[in-house]
This record gives sequence, C-alpha cells and structure tokens, in this order.
Amino acid sequence: MFGLYESAFGALTWGNILMLLIGGLLIYLGIAKKMEPILLVPIGFGIIAVNLPLGGLMVFTAEGIPAEVSTFTGAVKAIGSGDLGVMNILYTYGLESEVIPLLIFLGIGTLTDFTPTIARPLSMVFGGTAQLGISIAFLIAFFSGMFTINEAVCVGIIGGSDGPPTVYTTAALAPQLLGPIVLIAYSYMALVPILQPPIIKLLTTKKERAIYMKPQVRKVSRLELTFFPIIIFIVAALLVPKSVPLIGMFMFGNLLRVSGVTERLAHAAGGVFLDVLTFLLGLTVGVLMPAEVFLKPQTLAIVGLAIVAFAFSTAGGIWGAKIVNLFLKEKINPMIGAAGVSAIPMSARVVQKLGQEANPRNFLLMHAMGPNMAGAIATSVHAGIFLGMLLPSISG
Amino acid sequence: MAQEKVEFPITGKITSVNVKVGDEVKEGDTLCLIESMKMENPILAPVAGTITEINISVGELAETGDLVAIIEY
Repeated sequence: MFGLYESAFGALTWGNILMLLIGGLLIYLGIAKKMEPILLVPIGFGIIAVNLPLGGLMVFTAEGIPAEVSTFTGAVKAIGSGDLGVMNILYTYGLESEVIPLLIFLGIGTLTDFTPTIARPLSMVFGGTAQLGISIAFLIAFFSGMFTINEAVCVGIIGGSDGPPTVYTTAALAPQLLGPIVLIAYSYMALVPILQPPIIKLLTTKKERAIYMKPQVRKVSRLELTFFPIIIFIVAALLVPKSVPLIGMFMFGNLLRVSGVTERLAHAAGGVFLDVLTFLLGLTVGVLMPAEVFLKPQTLAIVGLAIVAFAFSTAGGIWGAKIVNLFLKEKINPMIGAAGVSAIPMSARVVQKLGQEANPRNFLLMHAMGPNMAGAIATSVHAGIFLGMLLPSISG
Repeated sequence: MAQEKVEFPITGKITSVNVKVGDEVKEGDTLCLIESMKMENPILAPVAGTITEINISVGELAETGDLVAIIEY
C-alpha cells in the first residue's frame, strides 16, 4: 500500500531551523576560518543531518535519548523497519562503548613527542596545576543546581582542554550531554589563541613575560623516551586505576612511536586509522544534537562554564610556575605554565608568541611543549580520579 | 661596533629568509622562518642594526645553536 507523498517541510520546527543555521555556521568556521576543521566540519554536517526531520539517520526516544535495541541482530532488524538509524549503531558501538575515543587517543599517542616533558620533568607540575579549571568549573556547575554531580564533572573536564578524555568521561557519566559538551570543548580549543592571551597578560607583568630561557633544555636519550610511556602508565594505573583505559591507550600509542621497531604500527595508528575514527567521532557527535536536545538552558550554561574552566586552567598553570619560581635560582618564564592547558600545540604557540613579543630573544616553544604534553596526561588522570569516585568499582 | 650573533633556538627546516647582508633591521624584525613541530616560527632580531653576515638558505635544515646572522649595532 502506498501512503501519501511525504515531505519534511511540515515537520520542520523553528528549533530545527536554528540548528541548521548552527550546523552551517560550524561548517563555515571550519572551512573559512580553519577552526578545528577536522572536527567542526563533520560535527556541523551531523547537526544538519539530524535536524532535517523524518530522515531517520539517528532515532531518538521521546525523552531525547538515542534509541537502542538490546541485541545486535535486533538492532540490524530495527534499522530495516525504521525504528533505529545507522548512526544509532555508530553511537552505541562506537561512542557509548568508548571504542572510538580510546582508539583516537591511541592514534594521538603515536603523534605525541614527550621529549620536552622528559627534558624538564618539572613540566609535569604545571601540567597538573593547569587542570585547576576542571575543579572550579565542576564546583560552579554542581552548586548552580543546573547539573547533577555526574554532569558537573563532564562540564569541568572541558577545562582540561583535551578531546578524548572529555568524550570518554562524558560517554561514561553523562551521555545525554555528549553532543553539547564535545562541541563546546572542541570549539574552545580552537579559540585558545584568542582566549588565552588576555588572561596571561592579566596575570603576568611584561617583565615576567620577558624572562629569557636558554634554548637548549637537554638531550633526551632513546632509552628515556622508551621507558617514559611504560613508567607513566604503570604509575598512573596504580595511583588512579580508572585512568587505565585513557592513559593506557595514549601511552601504548606513544610506545609504538618511540620503540624504534614498530614504525609501521605507529604510522598506521596515527595515519588513516586516526582520520577515519576522527570523522566518525565528529559525525556521531553532530547527530547527537537535534534541536530538542541542544536548545536548552543547560547548553548556554556549559558555554559560560567552559570559559571559566579555560580561564582558571590557564591561571592555574601560571600560578604553578610562579610558585615553582620561588624555589628556582634560574627563573623560568611563568607563561610556560599556561601551556599546561593541553590544547596541543595551540597553547604552546600562544606562549611562544607572547614571549617573543615581550623579548625578541625569547624562544619558548620547546619549553612550553613540556607542560603542553604533560597536560594531556594530567587531564586523563583527573578524569580517572572522577570516574573512580563516581563509577561503581568492578571488584565491588 | 658591537656584534650580536643570532643562533637558531630550535632544530628545523628554514622556510624563508627575509634579510640579506647590508640590510638595516629594527629590534623584533623577522630574520627568517623555521618550520619545527609542524609550525612556522619566526626568528626575530634581538637588536636594531645592520646585518653583516647571513649564510642560510630556504630548505636547509638548521640545528639548535647554528648561526642565523650577525648583526652589528
């Protein structure tokens, strides 16, 4: 039996139209302004796809939660009957299962060079203090009453400025906020070159920004590079067991890079494999934002809290460096602490630029890379601490 | 006249050379660009003066500590 010819115009809401504009804006920012294009273009397209009604690419329940079917066979049949969309499968088996963010972190591990962190282990301190924004944003979000404790943690994690831990934590604790949180986190990471300089300038004097640091830190041996991921993994796993999936994948990827005998694996994990996962992540996050889920006061609150998180993480890094300076004979430039906000390599670049502005002799890039890389580890550990406190332990 | 030796602070590939011998530079002028850590980084003149020696070319690999230029001021 044929039904009547169906068009989507009648089902289009004002919310959908607004979301189509937002999706278009993200694609524009990605293409024209080169803002995190690798993520914002797929996210933007996903938003457009899910806000064109009746398409059935991604099906939501009446409560705005992605529809699910308990068995894989059931899910395949449900796609045929239109009760489930293809993107539901990607969401359930890719994001909700944590497979995609963890494998992305593996790929990023193969692209990460820890040499500057190893050369100056003190970098780990600023990498840690530059997570301050996570706690501040978490506390504000929680006490605002707008978010549950699990949701507030995910809002806070944005302050770590690191994609995979943000996706991982949110998928585990507050999947209903995955769309807005991931979108806002990646958008702000792209805005680091605009957000950070005024905060850094506010918290440092020109004299501090001009502090000269000798270019060469020290040479790092192959042996150190190889031991680093293994030791960091073991220490993190013992201290914060729930950080094992994140740190484990990140450090495994890094070991493939530095071992010297697994170049092909490192090349594969950090190349096309990573690209495929990245667009799957982007598109899936995009389709998590139909108008009825995204257009809520909570989303606006996350936009605001994320700025607080970034600002305090930047401040935490700088304050950490200033405190360390009290004990050092040869002072370090306190700005390198701000690079502990691990938007790699943007925040290191911001520090490099401001350093040269204050003193043309300065070249802080490599010094700033240390805290920058350490920040990625610190965010994962932080996520692990929260997960340990909020998720039931496996062993009971 | 005093001399200032400018050295590369980082290892990388030279992607542009912006001055030649005899050029007057101001403090903060870009001497050359070096690509490192997948970024183009400017090497700036630390003092105002005249370039008396510059012996680098585009495409060359530079090591930390290699000479960029000598500026007399």
